[in-house]
Amino acid sequence: MIPRAPAVRMAGIAKRFGDCLAVRDGSLEVATGEIHALVGENGAGKSTMMRVLAGIYPPDAGTVEVAGRDVTGWSAAQAIDASIGMMHQHFMLVPTLTIAENVILGREPTRGLAIDMARAEREVAATAERSGFRMNVRQLVRELSVGEQQRVEILKTLVRGARILILDEPTAVLSPPEVRELWRVLRALRDDGGTIILITHKLDEVMEISDTITVIRAGRTVARFPTEGTSPAFVARAMVGRDVVLAGDAPFASSKATAPAFAPVLDVRHLVVAGARLSRAVDDVSFTIQPHEILGVAGVEGNGQSALIEAIVGLRRATSGEIRIAGADVTSLSVSERGVRGLAHIPEDRHLRGLILDYSVADNLILGRQRAYQKRGGTLDRARILADARAAIAIADIRPSNPMLPARALSGGNQQKIVIARALARQNFVVVAAQPTRGVDVGAIELIHARLRAARDAGTGILLVSAELSEILALSDRVAVMYGGKIVAIVLRGEASEAMLGPLMTGART
Amino acid sequence: MTDPNAELMRENNPSTVSETTVIIRSRTMRDRVIEAVLPPLVALLVSIVVGDLLILAVGQSPGAVYRLMLEGTWGNAYGFAQVLYKTTTLICTGLAVAVGLRAGLFNIGAEGQLAAGGLAAALVGLALPVGTSALIAVPLCTVGALAAGGAVGFVPGALRAKWGAHEVITTIMLNFIVLALLSWLISTWLRVPETLHTQAIHAGALPRLSAAWSAFHGSASNGSIAIVLFAALILGWYLFRTRGGFELRAVGLQPEAAENAGISVGRTWIRALTISGALAGLGGINFVLGYEHYYEEGFATGAGFLGIAVALVGRSNPLGVVFAALFFATLSQGGLAINALVPKQMVDALQGVVILAMAASVPEVRRLLALSRGKR
Repeated sequence: MIPRAPAVRMAGIAKRFGDCLAVRDGSLEVATGEIHALVGENGAGKSTMMRVLAGIYPPDAGTVEVAGRDVTGWSAAQAIDASIGMMHQHFMLVPTLTIAENVILGREPTRGLAIDMARAEREVAATAERSGFRMNVRQLVRELSVGEQQRVEILKTLVRGARILILDEPTAVLSPPEVRELWRVLRALRDDGGTIILITHKLDEVMEISDTITVIRAGRTVARFPTEGTSPAFVARAMVGRDVVLAGDAPFASSKATAPAFAPVLDVRHLVVAGARLSRAVDDVSFTIQPHEILGVAGVEGNGQSALIEAIVGLRRATSGEIRIAGADVTSLSVSERGVRGLAHIPEDRHLRGLILDYSVADNLILGRQRAYQKRGGTLDRARILADARAAIAIADIRPSNPMLPARALSGGNQQKIVIARALARQNFVVVAAQPTRGVDVGAIELIHARLRAARDAGTGILLVSAELSEILALSDRVAVMYGGKIVAIVLRGEASEAMLGPLMTGART
Repeated sequence: MTDPNAELMRENNPSTVSETTVIIRSRTMRDRVIEAVLPPLVALLVSIVVGDLLILAVGQSPGAVYRLMLEGTWGNAYGFAQVLYKTTTLICTGLAVAVGLRAGLFNIGAEGQLAAGGLAAALVGLALPVGTSALIAVPLCTVGALAAGGAVGFVPGALRAKWGAHEVITTIMLNFIVLALLSWLISTWLRVPETLHTQAIHAGALPRLSAAWSAFHGSASNGSIAIVLFAALILGWYLFRTRGGFELRAVGLQPEAAENAGISVGRTWIRALTISGALAGLGGINFVLGYEHYYEEGFATGAGFLGIAVALVGRSNPLGVVFAALFFATLSQGGLAINALVPKQMVDALQGVVILAMAASVPEVRRLLALSRGKR
């Protein structure tokens, strides 16, 4: 038997951006018809490797072969023609167009001079159905939740006939049922002869879905092994280069049992928030958070969590209901007034709300507290800003440590460390933490979780909203499940499990 | 060659870069200077080449035309003083557009704001008793100009903040309203019969620069340039040193993040456009206090719109705006000097070429610079 050429073979890849060597010696070999996990910490060079493969960047050194053919330095258009489909971490959709229009964008079927929309919609709907996506292809992308938008992105590559599918952190925004759905789709694609490369740093996913694992550390491929017979701890060690404490087996030490009964630091009563599509994005939600407590909100993205968060931090007006921080009614107060009363916010989208990417790390660390750094005459105290930034950078382990770098120049994990460091810089009554570890690597997750636990132990009440059930279960003292704008259940951490929460999140059981 | 779409995606998608690019050091001072100076120089070169073609097309020698242009501007004291006079107004309108851009707003209304400022300066000067000390009168007239321009700028700011009306539309429309209103005021009540201007102000006149340097004799350049340069300095301090400027730039770069940080985006927009209008209005003192000592309809037509080009070329940086204003003033004055050889429209066309060359070459040169740094 003649051994078939691998679907993808990359060897000796190097790629430099400015002063940074993103990849120094990357290699990758993916067999046809397998699901291959490419794992590594943030900034390890995984995405760069894949962008080289997809023709987005030419490599500075090394060779790229697809199905035995040398394609080094090809263009993105050539890669797409050769059935390589890359699904990006950040969506590239036009919000004002429908699902079908987005999917056919760039290759519209025409009749005469006009676009044959009927045919386009038929074809897109057929592919969607075949892949098990439930969606109305005439719906505007603007109206979709993040999770739904991602399914449109996957659909886009499938419709374009991708046979080698590259997925960059596809599950970052999905709920467990959606993840299972994605796995089903990916397995079906593989069994159909498709090849899938999955960029991820979630070990449970790697273990569950992949056939083979390649580990990249600091721009170098350090290991490649079959998934069968390996352990999460082994993969984690390969990624980080040392032993790490994984979220699941973290020692659970809530001080809640010993804590005396306090007044709630956050008291939400009958909160209603108007939504864009639903008449009520948040529908009569009530809960309290005690000091020394983390309340996790589990739920499939798009069930009102974002509206709940925005109403609590003051970015969106509540239609009715009441929000109290440490006993004081803040329902009609502004964002900054709530901040003064002891509320801090870790926003779910760090690029949109969390950071000003063109501001320096130091300026981002004080954003929102600039009044505290104002000298007489209105000038900002640059020396103090810098000194505080250096201290915060050391504590939060933000790398690189230069406070004058623009936030844009940092990796996603380090950007998130800035956002977290800023929110936890002072003692708060309440911290609203939305997706605090989205798109962040194992090492940084460990650090961020430790900081949230430390804040909780120091007395802060934390509202944790996360699409990661494992994160909710690892951190929360109580778990609330949100579905259709309502909180359908609140359970103690000991009673909560993935099996129990899953059906609640999909509205199957209330 | 990479796929242009992929190129575009990278441009529009900062995270693609942030994921992988870990720049170890910040840009050095040398990089910054090159980044600031090289793109306009390239644009200038492109403009000269296109200008050559234009001049050749009308049957003149480019060398002779440029020589005449230089002689008429930087080549003699009078010409240079006239350049300074034109620079003064352009700095004001350039700063006005720049501060708007820093807050993420495009103020196209500098034309009307400038005129309003000029009339206000004249009205204050007319209201003061004859013989009022310049130490009192000049600040009062200047505040009048700032206030009138600021009031005109406040309106689109408030419209944007309260009702979301886009400032590009409202500032353009407001130009028509303000200019028509001023024209009506002048023609109905304020003008000296048979003219389009008011009476001369009673107090608040600024000395001509020729009072100190006799070589400038006959030129309109006057003391207002000192006030205007001071305003540029203050604006630079405000934007980059104060909390207000920190918040204003934050709103311009990332309004959602600013809002999340508790900054009121609407109030910042109002503040930015009010400051913007005030700076444009300040330009009115150059003509009214410094040159003719009365308000005349159309005293600085076009300077408001040219301010957009000045701000773009000056990269919305107060110091950059000062140099860009000097450059466009040179072009404008040079146009008068070469009038004998080529039609005046030619200079207007050349000005357009400069703006186009800047708009096209500045991002391109910056891209190439970034690329060459990557290779190093």
